[in-house]
Amino acid sequence: MVKPTLVTNSIRSRREAAGITQADLAGRVGVTRQTLIAIEQGRYSPTLELAFQIARAFGAGIDDLFQYPSQETGE
Amino acid sequence: MVYHERAAWAGLITSVVTMVVYVVLVLDGADGGDLTTVDWFPPMLWTIGGGIVLSILITILWGIVAGMRDRASATASDIRDRDISRLGGRVESAFLVIAGLGVILLCAIGADVFWIANTMFLGFAVSAFVGGIARVIAYRRGLV
Repeated sequence: MVKPTLVTNSIRSRREAAGITQADLAGRVGVTRQTLIAIEQGRYSPTLELAFQIARAFGAGIDDLFQYPSQETGE
Repeated sequence: MVYHERAAWAGLITSVVTMVVYVVLVLDGADGGDLTTVDWFPPMLWTIGGGIVLSILITILWGIVAGMRDRASATASDIRDRDISRLGGRVESAFLVIAGLGVILLCAIGADVFWIANTMFLGFAVSAFVGGIARVIAYRRGLV
């Protein structure tokens, strides 16, 4: 039922480096803290719109926070 | 735990309790005899009504407890809740279709009304149960 995803993210490390709590970031992008936890742990893939909102909360681009391995290298 | 996850658990618990109660009532009514002689309609109505009340009570009481611990997120919901709700709805629909086809088949072969009604009731119960399982798994293990 739950399909694996290759998308990873560095939201947690960026958030901790910026000194932002999960509740604060969740409030800024309009989701519950539980949803932010699920995204950080890779248990929920955010929509493109939500991914943009999270990235902009850090003043970064989507590629800075979300990573997807290239098909050739699998990295 | 967010509001919709609590509601999913409440629905799951309710579906199990109501189905067990209904089966016990019908088997008790049959008293070891032919099931088609059982007056199934009153217990079915009572268990459906009781299930709705039980689900509401669990959700309210759990919501009060959750609100005391974390008032801000006690009633909050977001896009993940909607995604998980859609997943649960798709799973439920599949089982309702199976039950509906079973009812048509039973009608076609002229089965007793008891079996027709209870096949549909079983379809509702199983769809609620499996849909609840799907929602809870999505909340606990992930939806990616």
